[in-house]
Amino acid sequence: MITKISPDAMRRVLSLSIAALLALGAGACKKNSAPADESQIVIGEFASLTGATASFGQSAHKGVQMAVDETNEAGGVLGKKIKLVTEDDQSKAGEAATVVRRMISRDKPVAIIGEVASSRSLEAAPICQTNKIPMISPASTNPKVTETGDYIFRVCFIDPFQGAVLSKFLLGKGIKNAAILTDVKQDYAVGLTEFFKAHYTANGGSITSEQSYSSGDKDFKAQLTSIRGSNPSAILVAGYYNEAGLIASQARELGIQVPLLGGDGWDSPSLVEVAGEAMEGNYFSNHFSTEDTSPAVQNFLSRFQQKYSETPDAMAALGYDATMLLFDAMRRAGTTDSPALRDAIASTQNFAAVTGNITLDSQRNATKPAVILQIKDGKFRFVETIAP
Amino acid sequence: MKRYLPHTLLAAGLAGAAILHFVSPQLDDYAVNILVLAGINVILAASLNLVNGHTGQFSLGHAGFMAAGAYASSIATLALAPLVAQAGQPAQHALFLAALLFGGLFASLCGLLVGIPSLRLRGDYLAIVTLGFGEIIRVVIQNTNALGGARGLEGIPAWTNLFWTWGTAVVCIYTIACLVNSTYGRGFIAVRDDEIAAESMGINTTKYKVIAFVIGAFFAGMAGGLYAHLITFIAPEGFNFLKSVDVVVMVILGGMGSTPGVVAAAILLTLLNELLRDFEQYRMIVFALLLILLMILRPQGLLGNFHKRPKAKP
Amino acid sequence: MDWANLAQQLVNGLSLGAIYALIALGYTMVYGVLRFINFAHGEVFMVGSFAGLYFHRWLKPFCEGMPAPISAAVVLLASMGACALLGVVIEKLAYKPLRNRSRLTVLITAIGVSLLLAYSAQLLFGAAPKGFPQLIENQTISLGGEATVTTEQLVVLGVTALLLVALRFIVQKTRMGLAMRALSNNPTAASLMGVNTDRVISFTFALGSALAAAAGIFFAMLYQAIDPFMGTLPGIKAFVAAVLGGIGNITGAALGGVLIGLVETLVTAYSQNIGIPSGYRDAVAFVLLILILLFKPTGLLGKTEREKV
Repeated sequence: MITKISPDAMRRVLSLSIAALLALGAGACKKNSAPADESQIVIGEFASLTGATASFGQSAHKGVQMAVDETNEAGGVLGKKIKLVTEDDQSKAGEAATVVRRMISRDKPVAIIGEVASSRSLEAAPICQTNKIPMISPASTNPKVTETGDYIFRVCFIDPFQGAVLSKFLLGKGIKNAAILTDVKQDYAVGLTEFFKAHYTANGGSITSEQSYSSGDKDFKAQLTSIRGSNPSAILVAGYYNEAGLIASQARELGIQVPLLGGDGWDSPSLVEVAGEAMEGNYFSNHFSTEDTSPAVQNFLSRFQQKYSETPDAMAALGYDATMLLFDAMRRAGTTDSPALRDAIASTQNFAAVTGNITLDSQRNATKPAVILQIKDGKFRFVETIAP
Repeated sequence: MKRYLPHTLLAAGLAGAAILHFVSPQLDDYAVNILVLAGINVILAASLNLVNGHTGQFSLGHAGFMAAGAYASSIATLALAPLVAQAGQPAQHALFLAALLFGGLFASLCGLLVGIPSLRLRGDYLAIVTLGFGEIIRVVIQNTNALGGARGLEGIPAWTNLFWTWGTAVVCIYTIACLVNSTYGRGFIAVRDDEIAAESMGINTTKYKVIAFVIGAFFAGMAGGLYAHLITFIAPEGFNFLKSVDVVVMVILGGMGSTPGVVAAAILLTLLNELLRDFEQYRMIVFALLLILLMILRPQGLLGNFHKRPKAKP
Repeated sequence: MDWANLAQQLVNGLSLGAIYALIALGYTMVYGVLRFINFAHGEVFMVGSFAGLYFHRWLKPFCEGMPAPISAAVVLLASMGACALLGVVIEKLAYKPLRNRSRLTVLITAIGVSLLLAYSAQLLFGAAPKGFPQLIENQTISLGGEATVTTEQLVVLGVTALLLVALRFIVQKTRMGLAMRALSNNPTAASLMGVNTDRVISFTFALGSALAAAAGIFFAMLYQAIDPFMGTLPGIKAFVAAVLGGIGNITGAALGGVLIGLVETLVTAYSQNIGIPSGYRDAVAFVLLILILLFKPTGLLGKTEREKV
């Protein structure tokens, strides 16, 4: 059943259609030099709304959206309403760069919020830097992100600090031997491991075994069996929540009873969904705890609960903070012009955020304390705060 | 007149690419980006067509060659760009060209390594082995920290523009057209139509298969280099089997063995990709259905002359 | 020499191998009967897992009183049935119209079907991995020293063995099995002898898909999370297993599957000792494939086929 069209006719039709397409394309290609809509301020956001780490993107987006909505209800910024443009990078490498490019050329945002995952922030940062558009990452902790250039900022701590926090916590509990399992596919995980190791070994700890895996792997028994043989008293699992859950399950199945430790990449409701009981008793470091009694946190919790009928996690809080900080900077600068806005963001001092007081240092990173949380009865319970 | 046609077309093509480039500042950034991507896809499709269409060797590992070229050229520019920074624009252009060629050559070396063992295999087995090689290349890159490992290579200088892309595309099409219309072309087609008959006629099928693989890989490598210097960030994930499938769809849609067909298909599919970007979830489903329907209704694609191989007799 | 570690890795490798073996059987049977690689087979494996997830949810009210192994068996059989149906539907819609075309055409169509299944699943279920329910209680049993085996692993190994025996029975001792072997040997002669080609082909697809579904459920049991793209890599590795054992040969496919599972696990486990980073895990199967095709293209148990001109 092969459709019969003569090759010559086909060729003619094709050449004509290609010519037509190119002409159309060329016409549509004229540079969009129309001035941006003056009555609104456009800000962009890129996040992993779908895909493997959808939990991060969706949480961060909720925080950003809430900040925008609250601000608009209160009259906007500099007398104008905020328009939020959100793009989904599907948790895929390479997508972040493409969607940010598209967003910059099509929507012309004055600033961009993104991303949670360090790898994807690293992809987009050079593009924002070249286009001189300030980029604020809510939760990327790899130091390289802000090292890209002076238009790139973050509202969270960085991994040299986080790695040290985890190490201090273990040493504080008298745990001197630990094994490490790292996701070598993620900048975040590799960085975290590096900094943890440096601090731990310099302060009396010893690493009994180091194994690796890749995001997307399902089977960790081989690596865990090796780790089991090295007899650690704790295991650092540097990676994101999907694999962390599976690793915890399989570790218990193999009879490994020592506690597992993770970074803020574990922060997701899905962590307990997959692993269930196997997660009980494990720890991870995070940006804030829902059990924090400070008015800023409790206030945020109740407003978030009202708007979305769920409890926010750290990514939501950080998304909210990043956006509010951006608006604060706009007010201080008195304008949304690129260089002035950038300078205003860079000089943020003692900004009262949900996740703590934010002062951006000369590297454009935030110096804040971290909290250690423990999974008990399927919930994340506050254990202690570790200050920088 | 006919004798000079390919050469005049080449000159015209290169001139066209240069003009496009000079006009580009007047055009929308995003649209320019799409045009560049289209050019890269044209190179990929045409080079794969040489192997799959003209020589009948069904390769599913084209993304591996693209990756080899992307990484090789990026390493070159990353290492040498600072040295050239002082010397100014012409030196930068020279470095870019050299890096692209280096990427292409490295990819063609991979093509040689893949081609030789695969030679004895036919049809399905060849497809799976080339897929395997593509995956092996990807896994090797993923595990090599010097290449950025699984996290990828970043900070590649953004030197790709319309001239380089479409210029390379024109050269690629020209080369393939010349090849196909020469005795080499006869050899390729002979291998495709009936390898055993060709062998018994004294045609060195090995030689032709290897040449097809190597040249196909060369241009795939250049396309990879262009891609790397466009996105400025490459990761092994981006060169997996699905990327090879993308190129295969272009070749099938265009018609295996027809260069104008695959060029048109490459451009069409790049545009389709962008149009469907907002419906990313449906994009691959559309592609998959397209493949299935094409195979059932019109296996020769748009312009191909797909050969029905006679069934082996019992 | 850490014997406990080795024993543990062997157990892990065997359970993984059992899963590959079940998928490989589907490839080899279809190849035997139709001489083509059903690229979409890996996706049937994935559908099996999702079928298990949803059947478990829907059948929960009916299975309230039953002991866990019985309800697990119900879910398993339901998924196997669903996938058998899927296999037949795919064959009738996508492959049957191409029965007389070149093998390449069908291969490309199979790739299309594979993509269609995976991306449709992504559309329906979302790309984020889903947790698979605990079908049976999972206890860890000690094998001596630190080596352990879980009841889930024992179930996987046991049921796979049962399925293999059942398959052998069907192929060797039933009329349908005889028809399958005849068709695989010589399609024209078989149809001349009165074998209903269409029926046999449908049956082959159904059987292979049912086994893939079982593999999907076992995989989900052992590794707890399922996602729409989980079928790609195991599918390819299982195909390698089928080729390793000699494509078309059922015992070979089972053998090949177990071998690949073992080699993959051992290479990952002892990666530091042999100097190959564990990240090369996925490349193991491909390297094996290339080596076999170079040195013994007919696989371990296959016969050399003469190509007539």
